[in-house]
Amino acid sequence: MPAIKVEGLRKKFGNVVAVDNISFDVEKGEMFGFLGPNGAGKTTTIRLLTGVLIPDAGNVTIEGVDVRKDMIRAKMMMGVIPEMGDVYVDLTAKQNLVLAGKYYGLPKSALEEKSEELLSTFGLYDRRKDPVRTFSKGMKQRISIACAIIHEPQVLFLDEPTEGLDVQSRRLIIDTIIEMNEKGSTIFLTTHNIEEANRLCERVCIINKGRIVAIDRPEILRGTFDNTQSVEISFDQSVEGDLFDAEFISKVDRFGDKLRLYTNDPDRSVKHVVALANERGLRIVSMTVCGPSLEEAFVRLTGGEQ
Amino acid sequence: MKESVFLRGVIVTAEKNIRIYYNKAPVIIFGLLFPLFMFFAFYMGRKIDMSVFFPGFLAMALFFTASSVGPLITPWEKQAGTYERLLSYPVSVNTIILGDVLAGALFGLIITSVVMTVAVLFLEVAFTAPILLGLAIVLGTICFASFGVLLASPSVRSPSHIMMFSSLIRFPLIFISGIFIPLTELEGMGLILAYISPLTYLVDMFNAGLTGTSAFPVAVDILALMLFTCVFLLIASKFHKRNLAKGL
Ligand SMILES: Nc1ncnc2c1ncn2[C@@H]1O[C@H](COP(=O)(O)OP(=O)(O)O)[C@@H](O)[C@H]1O
Ligand SMILES: [Mg+2]
Repeated sequence: MPAIKVEGLRKKFGNVVAVDNISFDVEKGEMFGFLGPNGAGKTTTIRLLTGVLIPDAGNVTIEGVDVRKDMIRAKMMMGVIPEMGDVYVDLTAKQNLVLAGKYYGLPKSALEEKSEELLSTFGLYDRRKDPVRTFSKGMKQRISIACAIIHEPQVLFLDEPTEGLDVQSRRLIIDTIIEMNEKGSTIFLTTHNIEEANRLCERVCIINKGRIVAIDRPEILRGTFDNTQSVEISFDQSVEGDLFDAEFISKVDRFGDKLRLYTNDPDRSVKHVVALANERGLRIVSMTVCGPSLEEAFVRLTGGEQ
Repeated sequence: MKESVFLRGVIVTAEKNIRIYYNKAPVIIFGLLFPLFMFFAFYMGRKIDMSVFFPGFLAMALFFTASSVGPLITPWEKQAGTYERLLSYPVSVNTIILGDVLAGALFGLIITSVVMTVAVLFLEVAFTAPILLGLAIVLGTICFASFGVLLASPSVRSPSHIMMFSSLIRFPLIFISGIFIPLTELEGMGLILAYISPLTYLVDMFNAGLTGTSAFPVAVDILALMLFTCVFLLIASKFHKRNLAKGL
């Protein structure tokens, strides 16, 4: 029995079909990534899976429990970190955790123990009596995730959990996700950060305009487009990207002090770059030949190349 | 197991509301200060028989306090972004609605008890039928707390708009419910308006409990209050469900 089973799920808002007839399974203990550009329908899908919204059509079961027919029982088994799901700023850090624990029916002793333990894990024990109003965004997000795992859920849903966070909070949250997964929880994670999905997930599902366009292991998805390799170089000074125009270079991207040249012929590209650098007296600081990236697969699949 | 989870959800929700919303400015202003000002405006400095008007004032205090918490909660949560998390806990929309009603009813109950205590200490108010009075308070607080939650159902995220709107609805009710003009003296259009106001039946029940005289049989009052409660809850549930997605 899969941990999450989705069949023919559909949701419309007015004329917008936010989720268009999607079906997939997530196995028990799997770390599953749900990837898509903004407005693709990721948040709507999570809301449908977690019983927050009711679908126009289709079925969702969590650990074999039908979310629509037996919503409360299904919700008891999940933890949810909503995209905008803020915690109560009028309550203290600890009160927020205790409130979550009470909703999940933790007995009084466990409530006390679990909330203090989580506050320590997330480095907020000293701030436990302060109202969340006074917290930074990263601290609030740590409280948010603590509220979602206080009952040790079998399935954890996270909607862009690391978006816009400081490095420290991001690390803490990623580590928590990995730890929950190692302890056996199934993880359903949405993100538009491809690198994150690539590093964390065993399988990713790419969604665009409410439809699934691909669903597979990241390495396999990457390999789908094997004609896109790239050369990443950086020089000791800035150079114009169009310096490298050649028929075997399809596109030049600049990021930071680096240039990425997309090509289907790395051998000729490297020689071309080296020759040009010699000619212009440029010193090469670094050069890497990259295989096809998941990003490229993502951009192709979601038709994001304007 | 299902029933106990449901009940727990209602109680935890009410507890959260009490902690967060009882001391919010709109609740204090529209729930406490407002009826107090009304009291001073209409009763002070005039030579009136307190025993005649006290039931009406008590009903007004109960009405304003019990219905002041409900309109605030959902719009506030939608604006603060906490509504989605709340919905992801093991609750349904109905759990949340009943938790909001419970918080509103308790607020009304507390304030009404304070008003009663003050009345017992300083005013000469007769208590003809205390049990009936108690029943009236319980039915009334639940009825008007439900009314308050119903007022929160328009798909508006702004708490201040909802508070304005709900005052606009609540205010006229106190003029058509036999508070300032006794029910027995109403006729024609005034009487018809009084019939459709739920507050009328509470005023009448308070009259029965405090002075022993009422315009309708007490059973009619009880039935009317219960009926209004059911209608408010049903409509609130329908609208809160319909407007749920607009607040996420
Ligand atoms: N509550 C809502 N009301 C109306 N339209 C919505 C609502 N939620 C989402 N949508 C629309 O559905 C589409 C998918 O949105 P969403 O699921 O939030 O995407 P994502 O999370 O992938 O960015 C968008 O076009 C969005 O405008
Ligand atoms: Mg989203």
